[in-house]
Amino acid sequence: MSTFEEVIAADRRIEPRDAMPDAYRATMVRQIAQHAHSEIIGMQPEGYWITRAPSLRRKAILLAKVQDEAGHGLYLYAAAETLGVDRAELAERLIDGRQKYSSIFNYPTLGYADVGVIGWLVDGAAICNQVPLCRSSYGPYARAMIRVCKEESFHQRQGYELLMTMMRGTAAQRELVQESVDRWWWPSLMMFGPPDGDSPNTARSMAWKIKRHTNDELRQRFVDMTVPQAGRLGVTLPDPELRWNAERGHHDFGTPDWDELKRVIQGDGPCNAERVEHRRRAHEDGAWVREAATAHAAKAARAAEAAEAARAARAAEAGRSTKEEVA
Amino acid sequence: MGPDDDTLAADGHWAFGTGFSDPLSGLPMPPAGADLAALCLALGDDALIMSHRLQEWCTRAPELEDEVALANIALDLLGQARLLLARTGRDEDELAFRRGAGEFRNVRLAEVPNGDFAHLVVRLLVFSTWRLALLTRLRDSDDEALAAIAAKGVKEVAYHRGYAARWTIRLGDGTAHSHERTRQALAAVWPLVDQLFAADGNPRSPDPADLREEFDAVVGHVLAEATLTIPETAAETAAERASRDEHTGALAVLLEEMQSVARALPGATW
Repeated sequence: MSTFEEVIAADRRIEPRDAMPDAYRATMVRQIAQHAHSEIIGMQPEGYWITRAPSLRRKAILLAKVQDEAGHGLYLYAAAETLGVDRAELAERLIDGRQKYSSIFNYPTLGYADVGVIGWLVDGAAICNQVPLCRSSYGPYARAMIRVCKEESFHQRQGYELLMTMMRGTAAQRELVQESVDRWWWPSLMMFGPPDGDSPNTARSMAWKIKRHTNDELRQRFVDMTVPQAGRLGVTLPDPELRWNAERGHHDFGTPDWDELKRVIQGDGPCNAERVEHRRRAHEDGAWVREAATAHAAKAARAAEAAEAARAARAAEAGRSTKEEVA
Repeated sequence: MGPDDDTLAADGHWAFGTGFSDPLSGLPMPPAGADLAALCLALGDDALIMSHRLQEWCTRAPELEDEVALANIALDLLGQARLLLARTGRDEDELAFRRGAGEFRNVRLAEVPNGDFAHLVVRLLVFSTWRLALLTRLRDSDDEALAAIAAKGVKEVAYHRGYAARWTIRLGDGTAHSHERTRQALAAVWPLVDQLFAADGNPRSPDPADLREEFDAVVGHVLAEATLTIPETAAETAAERASRDEHTGALAVLLEEMQSVARALPGATW
């Protein structure tokens, strides 16, 4: 039997029944739950546009994408449950604000171009964050991430393809794409979290190999990946300081408004209240349905037990008669 | 290898590993006759509008499993709508986004506004039981395309019917509260049933009396399990006899939302 430290040092996976420090367990629960919550809350800004999609093909793509997000949420809650927490309890923690979700979903979607830009930038940033998590030290989370990343990658391509199509369309469509990029660029950069100097949990998460790269490293990777895509698309990223730095071999870019990130994380973003309220309402509206399902399952179990008892009694009775006949 | 060979190789690859083959691939498509087009339009509109009502449930389901299931059913119906609208010989997006309410041919059952989860489940039970009976018979259509669409749809709608039936039983048999809500949902939905079995004069439509027999048997069985009974309804009203070009006000409201982006940007490409 290897100790927790030996497993981490050997770059192997911690599995649900393995011993782990309480703080590691708590960190994993928090991170996986937050990720699951982000998938569920993240359905709202795009879900609004399903019934308004401008073509049946786009409608099918968006509906399938939002369904994938629900699937990711399910998958991630299941991964969290391997650590001994209950999904219903996590749902409560989301609704009463004890657990967070990605700050990006507290921004509003104002038009169909946002569906494309969310796919391109928000899912693109999520992929940068999540691909290294496929090698995260907690086994169930790492394995969940492999599937999640494959689907996110698909969503990102679909988003980019929508924007490409819109950019080939009318002048009005091109304007809508640029306007949407202007709104989503900075919040997308904030998805990587605060700068390294202001990220208290990073060092420990890296020591435990939950995280593989710092926030700033991932942010840089995202900028370097996205700049040529923006060029190909024909949009301008709204950052006057953005330029290639040949010496570093990376793009230099401006500083996001970290005060804005703090405000949004603390609950004061444009849509925080609306997002959580929507989730609370759906949860409360569904309470009687869940109660009915539980009651029906209990009745069905009792009926099955009674049927089994009756069958056993008949079998015993039949056994006695046979013996009597033999006697 | 010529360019045609390349295209063939690429076509084979897109469904790699699924064992998928399309028996209709490359088949010359005869123009849809008026009766065929009318039938496909009606079936396509039913699927499109019912899918819309299911899409409205997105992010509102009582459990995540139902979130996934409802999106799945909505996607299946949207897929059926696209195939059926295409078989009318007209452009799917022209049909979906450029018609007014009076030009839609869906039944009223599909268009009435959503209620609670019991309403969703009962409406879906009625809709999918009726549609499964229809599609099962249309698998034998002499139009190969419609027969193939129906065969695909049968597999999908059989799942939809099972999902709705299981929930109808859970809710009807669950608690006193859920029983009462489901009873009310059934009372709200039932007056919309007769329209499903009205004769439409189309020689390609399956015999409504035959469909009704299957429908009554299946729904009767599910309701008995759910400890529910078919509501007493008064004599047939004009609304129940309504033809497929007469709609409730709810359809215009639905279309206003569905067509809002498409209509706001004339000439746009999507």
